Amino acid sequence: MKLEVSLRKQLGPFNLAADFDVTGERLGVFGPSGSGKSTLMHLLAGLLKPDHGSIRIDGDTLFDSAKGINLPPERRRIGVVFQHAHLFPHLGVRRNLLYGYRRIPASERKIDPQDLIDVLGLGPLLERDVVSLSGGERQRVALGRTLLACPRLILLDEPLTGLDEKLKYQIIPYLQKVFAEFAVPLLLISHSLNEMRLLTGQVLEFAGGNYIGQTSAEELARRGMGTSQIGYINLLELRNPRLHDGLFCYGWGDQEIVLSAGADQAVGMFELSSKDITLFKRHPEATSARNMLRCKVVKLFGAGNRIGVELDCGGRQLVSQVVAEAVHDLGLQPGSEIIAVIKASAFRRLY
Amino acid sequence: MFEFTPTDWQAMELSARVAITATLLSLPFGFAAAYLLVFSRLPFKALFDGLINLPLVLPPVVVGYLLLLLLGRNGWLGGMLNEFGIQIIFTWKAAVLASMVVGFPLLVRSIRIGMEGVDRQLIQASRTLGAPWYDTLFSVILPLSGRSLLAGASLMFARSLGEFGATIIIAGNIPGVTQTIPLAIYDYTSTPGGDRMALALCAVSVILALAVLIFNEGLVKRFGREQSR
Repeated sequence: MKLEVSLRKQLGPFNLAADFDVTGERLGVFGPSGSGKSTLMHLLAGLLKPDHGSIRIDGDTLFDSAKGINLPPERRRIGVVFQHAHLFPHLGVRRNLLYGYRRIPASERKIDPQDLIDVLGLGPLLERDVVSLSGGERQRVALGRTLLACPRLILLDEPLTGLDEKLKYQIIPYLQKVFAEFAVPLLLISHSLNEMRLLTGQVLEFAGGNYIGQTSAEELARRGMGTSQIGYINLLELRNPRLHDGLFCYGWGDQEIVLSAGADQAVGMFELSSKDITLFKRHPEATSARNMLRCKVVKLFGAGNRIGVELDCGGRQLVSQVVAEAVHDLGLQPGSEIIAVIKASAFRRLY
Repeated sequence: MFEFTPTDWQAMELSARVAITATLLSLPFGFAAAYLLVFSRLPFKALFDGLINLPLVLPPVVVGYLLLLLLGRNGWLGGMLNEFGIQIIFTWKAAVLASMVVGFPLLVRSIRIGMEGVDRQLIQASRTLGAPWYDTLFSVILPLSGRSLLAGASLMFARSLGEFGATIIIAGNIPGVTQTIPLAIYDYTSTPGGDRMALALCAVSVILALAVLIFNEGLVKRFGREQSR
């Protein structure tokens, strides 16, 4: 999907200026609150009228102040998943889901409702009232409702912000699954770096109402390492756990990782801070840490007064952080062999 | 007990007919007016709002007189309707019109409060799901403000049952034709020895009004239950 945007909007003292051309299927809009993310979402969806400028998707003009074009929201075919679901309280789950589906011509109904209901696990909820749903269930129904309207782009406006940490990571696999399965381009608006990294590729960065530039979620995370207390967060997808002495042994590529916070599911997503990876020049004889991985240094990058070390562990990527002096002591340079030592308790399970 | 005369029965029947007709005829207009006031960006909205609410604060007699000037044989609208052989004043239709004008602000106010309570983001959600504004109006706004619509309709119905001032001016007080309960009571009170019958009709008024209120309460409650289901 190609999105060409050039917009100006003044709302009281707030000024939004957004000019960008971007091509991709999984886009993110990242910025602190008050940076204009939500305003941009409203402008794209047609819920707010820009002062001037233009919006084009795949060559179709949705808005152009010079030509006097301003398609109403229902003709833009841009779906929105709102922060607070906004399900219709007077309709049950089934009728909420089919609200948009019934309003598009049959030729545009590319998604079969039953398929979607299966993927999102909504079957048991169909006959329920929306008021009786939990926060996570509401958000799943809202997602299904938007997808069934078969839009050409879905805007996700901080869809996980209202949910608690645990629920949030229960929803993310659903999001990944539906967007992979039904191939709808998405634009995620969020200020959470982890959500960005798990769901998007390219990221449009905003600050103070201005478009800053295009980057990637990975790049943002590396840049944040210098200022963040928690360092760079490695996201590891681990498979096939096996219980061993009260600890979980997971497969990670052709390596095995031992950790304490496991679960029975076949696939799990774990986070690991760059601060919790200690680097050794030679293989230590014995350590209290349970994981000693042979790695090759790929690249060093600076962030603040810290230095990030990108490692290649049997084809998988890991980022550790060290101070400048350690680079010298360990003789770190691209290509050097190194041992990464990680405690079993350093991993945190996301889902 | 009381022996009602045939004219009394006619007055009761007429009152009910006038109130029902006035309420039903006003509903679509009331709904449209409330929608415009809440959701549109009309120029002169304050003026529009004022005009709708005017009958609420004007003496009904003034409303009646203005209607009479408008609809009378020499009136601007009356003359036009006369050409088509339609006469409104001094028929039961005039009583309906009087009730409509006087009760309209109550109806609009009630619906408006309901519409203002509809979450704007539900409306936005409906639009982004492919519903044009009129679709959103009937599939989201109407069901979500249905309670206030019912409340407004019964309020207006009750007000119409009691309409007197404007009615007596444009519909007159013709027994069996335009004489509603309030007008019949007025007649009895100005007739020597009519006190007993006036009181009896007052009792009918009270019972009718009470019935409407109870009916309304039940309806609103039931509607509320269905909403939250």
